[in-house]
Amino acid sequence: MKGMGALMSKLALKDEILLKIEKPARYIGNEVNMVVKNPREVDVRFAMCFPDVYEIGMSHLGMQILYDMFNQWEDVYCERVYSPWLDLDRIMREEHIPLFALESQEPVKDFDFLGITIQYEMCYTNILQVLELSEISIYAKDRTEDMPIVIGGGPCVYNPEPIADFFDLFYIGEGETQYRTLIDLYKECKKNGDNRQDFIRKAASIPGIYAPSCYEITYKEDGTIAAMTPKYEDVPEKVKKELVMDVSSTCYPRKPLVPFIKVTQDRVVLEIQRGCIRGCRFCQAGMIYRPVRERDVNVLKEYANDMLKNTGHEEISLSSLSSSDYSQLPELVNYLIDEFRKKGVNISLPSLRIDAFSLDVMSKVQDVKKSSLTFAPEAGSQRLRDVINKGLTEEVILHGAGQAFEAGWNKVKLYFMLGLPTETEEDMKGIAYLSEKIAERYYEIPKDKRNGKCQITASSSFFVPKPFTPFQWASMNTKEEFIEKARLVKHTVMEQLNQKSIKYNYHEADVTVLEGVLARGDRKVSSVIYAAYKKGCLYDSWSEAFHNELWMEAFADCGIDLLFYTKRERSIDEIFPWDFIDTGVSKSFLLREWTKAQKEEITPNCRTACQGCGAAVFGGGVCFEDKN
Amino acid sequence: MIFIGHLDVMRYFQKAIRRADIDIAYSTGFSPHQIMSFASPLGVGLYSKGEYMDIEVNSTPSSAQAVDMLNAVMVDGISVESYKLLPEKAENAMASIAAADYYVTFRDGKNLVGDGWQDKFLAFYNQATIPVLKKTKKGERTVDLKQLIYETSPDGDGMYLRVCADSGNNIKPIQIFEAFFASLGLELPEFALLVTRLDLFTDTRESEAEPHQFVSLNDIGTIIE
Repeated sequence: MKGMGALMSKLALKDEILLKIEKPARYIGNEVNMVVKNPREVDVRFAMCFPDVYEIGMSHLGMQILYDMFNQWEDVYCERVYSPWLDLDRIMREEHIPLFALESQEPVKDFDFLGITIQYEMCYTNILQVLELSEISIYAKDRTEDMPIVIGGGPCVYNPEPIADFFDLFYIGEGETQYRTLIDLYKECKKNGDNRQDFIRKAASIPGIYAPSCYEITYKEDGTIAAMTPKYEDVPEKVKKELVMDVSSTCYPRKPLVPFIKVTQDRVVLEIQRGCIRGCRFCQAGMIYRPVRERDVNVLKEYANDMLKNTGHEEISLSSLSSSDYSQLPELVNYLIDEFRKKGVNISLPSLRIDAFSLDVMSKVQDVKKSSLTFAPEAGSQRLRDVINKGLTEEVILHGAGQAFEAGWNKVKLYFMLGLPTETEEDMKGIAYLSEKIAERYYEIPKDKRNGKCQITASSSFFVPKPFTPFQWASMNTKEEFIEKARLVKHTVMEQLNQKSIKYNYHEADVTVLEGVLARGDRKVSSVIYAAYKKGCLYDSWSEAFHNELWMEAFADCGIDLLFYTKRERSIDEIFPWDFIDTGVSKSFLLREWTKAQKEEITPNCRTACQGCGAAVFGGGVCFEDKN
Repeated sequence: MIFIGHLDVMRYFQKAIRRADIDIAYSTGFSPHQIMSFASPLGVGLYSKGEYMDIEVNSTPSSAQAVDMLNAVMVDGISVESYKLLPEKAENAMASIAAADYYVTFRDGKNLVGDGWQDKFLAFYNQATIPVLKKTKKGERTVDLKQLIYETSPDGDGMYLRVCADSGNNIKPIQIFEAFFASLGLELPEFALLVTRLDLFTDTRESEAEPHQFVSLNDIGTIIE
């Protein structure tokens, strides 16, 4: 190999900077399959940002899909932007280096659009970092004509209100459908000499596009919303989510980027379906991505071949909300094993319902001694599992675990939530009891036939009520309540006969509480985000960078009561900040589910019996299976 | 490419070999890995025009085809120059390195010695001995750089160097320049040097009594027709 580094293109950062920061490869671009265009030869430059560190952002499939889609268009050049890590952040501020896109290494401020994908609430301060480092006004109202249009997308924009003041536009729903229309409108506006606000207002008429500045919000005395009304006649009252109905013939990145450094998702990802039939009442994804749409298995096989060939990755994984519900799963998984195992490709299985099929494929692709079984009962008792509509029963778990133990497995991971609506002490203790029963099932196997001790790891996260779920009305626990509950579980685990085989751990409570505020917040919350950022909050989802005390100061400074957003149970007639979005799933369905939850009544899944949630309005997917 | 660390360069080539469809051999077990080894890890911040790796294959195209297949999947800044069949008994590349050639210049503004630095460097080199303290895992020891620099000469704005690179005494240009600066009462600034590794050599002499017989790794093995 000769000539390594002989042709270095120009980098935004000097060698002296790159050599003294952590992982300089985060900032230099030039990865395999990076798209190279001449920025001077396109009409529209689109900077696509994931507001977290490179290794996280590069692992996100959605961004790869849109990157590929935009760059298929000759008149658009889409480039990537990630949050600079704390070390480079400091240097860029000290030396006044504007944030740049990886491909051209040119400043983001010179682009037409800055698109930000918003995957979790705790990245909000990173959004402000990206704007500020890019030298774009943080508040949309302060932006001048020469600044990029800032547009947000991703699951968090199903309640965009806490960050509405920082964005010119939001795209509600799946990105494949309306970006072409938006880009064409932008080009037309530019040609006509329209100004920024003209474009934003016109864009508000495109399906799925929400322009926060075009709406007026009034509040009642108690702080809840009185009304949200469009300021102009041509701006719609409701924004309907966008959805791809034919997921087998839409765009998919057959040549995904291959980073130089190891990233979180260092493998080919096959998205097998969108949506979920299950209807767990706490799950936002299960509601907002309705209806379920499966990808054709032959299309997926073709993608797998192309993507492995084009990336050289040594691993492939499947992505969906509930892979066991994909109707062609055995065919797909067996194909991947037969076709690629011999080529040294590792098949990384998603967590599957434990049955004969999954145990068979798991034993083919994993070392049974090292791998673990995963169950997500989410709640410790059957009563509470009925409340949350999680179909998994104790019988099913013990049966599945038993089968797996007989086949040689001895590690089990269990996922629970604490703080769910109607939760009692017995429900919490149920986490320990269930773990104990699984351990007991293991020790039923004769000593000479089992594989040493079993290891059960039970983890609990804390429940955050999310918009567009049946629990959107629910009260959320305080930090103190969360910690007290986790201690009770820990204590109960310690009392169990097989406590030495059970490990219990729980998430951080303070960050969960903040997530709760940001998830169901309104526009008033934006001042807190801004204040927290100005106090130095950044990378809040990274425990080493999270400063709860600064956030608490920010709430106090802004005169915002955190409990108004978390603890308060909403009345059924309250107007929510996100009510202007139409996800297809009706508020009356969600309310029906909220009532059934309190009565501990379960709801069958979409394939068993349609509940008329409203998602059939999209005219496809599971709602119309067997109906054509 | 100078910002990609050695482990990531290895990962890059593992994936490149798959993209190029080279029929590489894998180890057995649940997580098989490619049988591949690099001659000498290149430090972050160094340029190179001569890196080597050896791989084991089940079947192979011709040398010319393999070079084309690999270059079709390379990124800007990395290219494959040759692909050769190693003799069956060849030690793996890693263990056989004896010397390395480097070209060294200064980054802009970092030449504290000023004009005529190359003459001063030659004067430094022409001392009878150049003792330097080398820190190792076991402590410190003194080595004589004079014995370990085999050749040096000015070339354009920089210096060409051939230095010892065997496993016991892998000399880095920065060590030499630190000693050079120290001999002038100066301290080498951070990131002062632009270093390019030019080539790697094995030593074909029969015994230690004979003079070195350096042969470029590129001259080992045969072209596959």
